[in-house]
Amino acid sequence: MRHIISVLLENEPGALSRVVGLFSQRNFNIESLTVAPTDDETLSRLTVTTIGDDRVVEQITKQLNKLIDVVKVVDLTEGEHIERELMMIKLKANNGTVRAEIKRTADIFRGQIIDATQNTFTVQMVGSSSKLDAFIEALSGASILEVVRSGVSGIARGEKVLSL
Amino acid sequence: MELLSGAEMVVRALKDEGVEYIYGYPGGSVLHLYDALFQQEDVQHVLVRHEQAATHMADAYARATGKAGVALVTSGPGATNAITGIATAYTDSIPMVVITGQVMSHLIGEDAFQETDMLGISRPVVKHNFSVQRAEDIPTIIRKAFHIAQTGRPGPVVVDIPKDMTTPTDRFPYEYPKNVKMRSYNPINRGHAGQIKKAMDLFLSAKRPVILAGGGVVIGQASEELRELINLTNVPTTNTLMALGALAGRDRHNLGMLGMHGSYEANMAMHHADVILNIGARFDDRVTNGTDKFCPTAKIIHVDIDPASISKTIRADIPIVGPAKIVLDEMLSIVKASTKQLDAESLKSWWEQIEEWRGRHGGRYRTDDSELMKPQQVIEMLDTITNGDAYVCSDVGQHQMYAAQYYKFNHPNRWINSGGLGTMGFGLPAAMGVKMNFPDADVACVTGEGSIQMNIQELSTCSQYDIPVKIICLNNQSLGMVRQWQDMNYESRHSQSYMKSLPDFVKLAESYGHVGMKVDKYADLEGAMREAFAMKDRLVFMDIAVDPFEHVYPMQVPRGSMRDMWLSKTERT
Repeated sequence: MRHIISVLLENEPGALSRVVGLFSQRNFNIESLTVAPTDDETLSRLTVTTIGDDRVVEQITKQLNKLIDVVKVVDLTEGEHIERELMMIKLKANNGTVRAEIKRTADIFRGQIIDATQNTFTVQMVGSSSKLDAFIEALSGASILEVVRSGVSGIARGEKVLSL
Repeated sequence: MELLSGAEMVVRALKDEGVEYIYGYPGGSVLHLYDALFQQEDVQHVLVRHEQAATHMADAYARATGKAGVALVTSGPGATNAITGIATAYTDSIPMVVITGQVMSHLIGEDAFQETDMLGISRPVVKHNFSVQRAEDIPTIIRKAFHIAQTGRPGPVVVDIPKDMTTPTDRFPYEYPKNVKMRSYNPINRGHAGQIKKAMDLFLSAKRPVILAGGGVVIGQASEELRELINLTNVPTTNTLMALGALAGRDRHNLGMLGMHGSYEANMAMHHADVILNIGARFDDRVTNGTDKFCPTAKIIHVDIDPASISKTIRADIPIVGPAKIVLDEMLSIVKASTKQLDAESLKSWWEQIEEWRGRHGGRYRTDDSELMKPQQVIEMLDTITNGDAYVCSDVGQHQMYAAQYYKFNHPNRWINSGGLGTMGFGLPAAMGVKMNFPDADVACVTGEGSIQMNIQELSTCSQYDIPVKIICLNNQSLGMVRQWQDMNYESRHSQSYMKSLPDFVKLAESYGHVGMKVDKYADLEGAMREAFAMKDRLVFMDIAVDPFEHVYPMQVPRGSMRDMWLSKTERT
């Protein structure tokens, strides 16, 4: 099963490498990984999506908790949560029909065209990973030149917060 | 406030930690540190001949005392040579602080002379590591290093210090912090009371209970509590390789070691148990054999200070996270206060069954079919001559298993071996580390002609510092454990397991100024060994010729259950 694990991490040099190293060292899978500082500059927030059975995911959270630089760990998929991922996708758009088709599809998925040249469109889209997958699928007629995805960020629904 | 250089702060911080000996080897990046060491007398430095030995000496000190050992090495090759020793300590949860030199800050990342990324290289085998970025942080970092190494599940901590952090002319006010608070590190200091209560309910309702003691009991200084619980409940007890001595070897409750080379009775008792109380053992693969067939009728109570060790390989029915000593203490008070007792009839017949197993196969080896001395006989002689009181520092291989099986430790913290990583070359430096700190104790290095050659250069360190350990070398002229597996699984194709061109160990020992002895016949063994131990102030290298064809038994059948064992070359359960 797919899990989204959120980690509060000391914003120290080398802290990220400890997390990444842990995953490869223990043969845990990483689907995506995002990390950036939070409003508290001493803390980074890291989101990792992984696929594993209950036993593996239990080990992942326990082993993450053992890292000295890790302050808190929560498996967001254990409760109600929101996940978002940002994608920018550059497409070949060199004639009117294709351009119209891309524009229409992007509108359906609530994407925005954020850059255009005579021959290309760049579409920005935010949503769950599966929505981004679906958009790529829906574009199967168009020719994709480049895809860049941010990886998943997640947050719990309601009043639950992950903080110190 | 006193002004000290970074180098002086390192040395002073060690003194303030109560460190008496550090083990190390100098080099370019740590010259300022060595100069600071030279100018004081509180912290004594022991010069090894290879950095790996420094880490093993520090590690063994920690295993014997429970306090973190300290090693000091230079950058680059000094640091990488220390890695094996760091990994050895990590795998066995041994507290250690390793200070590594680093090239000057402005050179980091430029492939400078003797530069390696020690933080990166050591990361998978340390509990934590630090890089000093500002010299004034040195006291806090060293305090944190000791704090992390010695609390919770212990482990090695590396402190990497760029050379310019120790410049003699840059001086800073020094104050050693008494305590450090780290918001991200709060080791658990007691078990969950409800879980402990539940565990004792289950334990006391057992008909065929077994206590399994692991390294956590020894490292957690909980042997006394364990022994009290055993005496109070009369429950049969087995231990992992790491917990030899937690319960006295000659105690009748002691079934001996379990697992791959565990005793017949220990493995049988585990297989048939209905409740297993595991205290401080992590159910590693050498203990469990095939996890899908592990102890099919048992409910498992698992006490461990590391939550990640619980339900990692074997699912626990009642997990308890906490230090062995505190949890055992609570268990004891519950048992003492409880009206519920183990059912006496069931326990009696359980013991009868166990005694029957013990009588059938326990501690057996054959001496009659060969003229050659059996390695087991040598260990039994060592046990007799030292009364089970010696520090036995083992290398890795068949001799290690014989020592584990046949030396009957009276006390914990005296069996010093690389259990998890299985590091050949560990034994001699480990014995040295123990002997320097316990000069009056009998300290034996049980080794083989293969292992001893992996750190043989330390005989020189022993000369320099007069470290009179006794080296008991079971010489079977081959890499015995490798050859045993080749006998059993590869139709005796002895690929690279034969040690040709062995040195004359007697002359070798003598060339370093030590005493060498060669023993070929069992009849000579007792006299020679007594003589060796009587030479209190000399290192004696006993080169003892043993049967090269002997195998370690019992040996579990791979991926079988606990009770699936080879009992000799021809008998299987």
